[in-house]
Amino acid sequence: MADVNRGNRPLSPFMIGPYYRPQMTSISSIMVRITGIASLGSVFLAICWFLAAASSETAFNFFNGLYGSWIGNIVMLAAAWAIWYHMLGRIRHVIWDFGYCLDVQTSEKMGWGMFIGATVLTVLTALVFLIF
Amino acid sequence: MNFLTDRKRATGLGSGGTGAQHHWLTIATSLSLVILVPLFIFTFGYAVGHSLEEVLAFYSSPCIAIITALCLVGGIIHLKTEVDEAVEDYVGGIKRKLTLIAVAGFCYTLMAAGLFALLKLALQ
Repeated sequence: MADVNRGNRPLSPFMIGPYYRPQMTSISSIMVRITGIASLGSVFLAICWFLAAASSETAFNFFNGLYGSWIGNIVMLAAAWAIWYHMLGRIRHVIWDFGYCLDVQTSEKMGWGMFIGATVLTVLTALVFLIF
Repeated sequence: MNFLTDRKRATGLGSGGTGAQHHWLTIATSLSLVILVPLFIFTFGYAVGHSLEEVLAFYSSPCIAIITALCLVGGIIHLKTEVDEAVEDYVGGIKRKLTLIAVAGFCYTLMAAGLFALLKLALQ
């Protein structure tokens, strides 16, 4: 019966580690989720800056100084890596959802592409801001 | 209750109670990220570190203001599907429902606060 266990069904078990050997496919996929959730935190930090700019010069200077500092720049670069990675990872999921590239070899290659691609894009982002 | 077949009771209920709609929303917003992420990184990254006057001038430009508004709304809708999915995987029962409501509250508050701040910057 569909209603026997309503609301109390088993959750998806967390497999990676004790039961499931970490592989490029699983780790690159779980990183999409981690970077997605982390990016909501980045958006929160960005909106703090927007709100500060909209409220007062003192508040703006505090957040602007913080984000413009060395630590702030490193956090922003990490946030940029996460969102670039998430974007690439989501493209891979869309490719899969449309039924392409589902074999293990191509999936693994795309996983490497996500890690390397996000890193290259982050370096390019940093270079763009250093040059301009 | 027993007049409903098992299949009828299951129809339309995915893990979040909304069937395939969530999956479709994730696909659609994932594609939107390809445009929104570069736009946001380069506009926001440019603005941070400039003086308040320069920031006001930057976000007063209609193009930049519209781009940022789209990024905030589209980005937060996508990230909400992302967090919802994680909650549906690892939290069960009544806790899941309450957590999903809390996540929605957080995301929509962020959206409203971001849009208000942006509007104020753009029109100041």
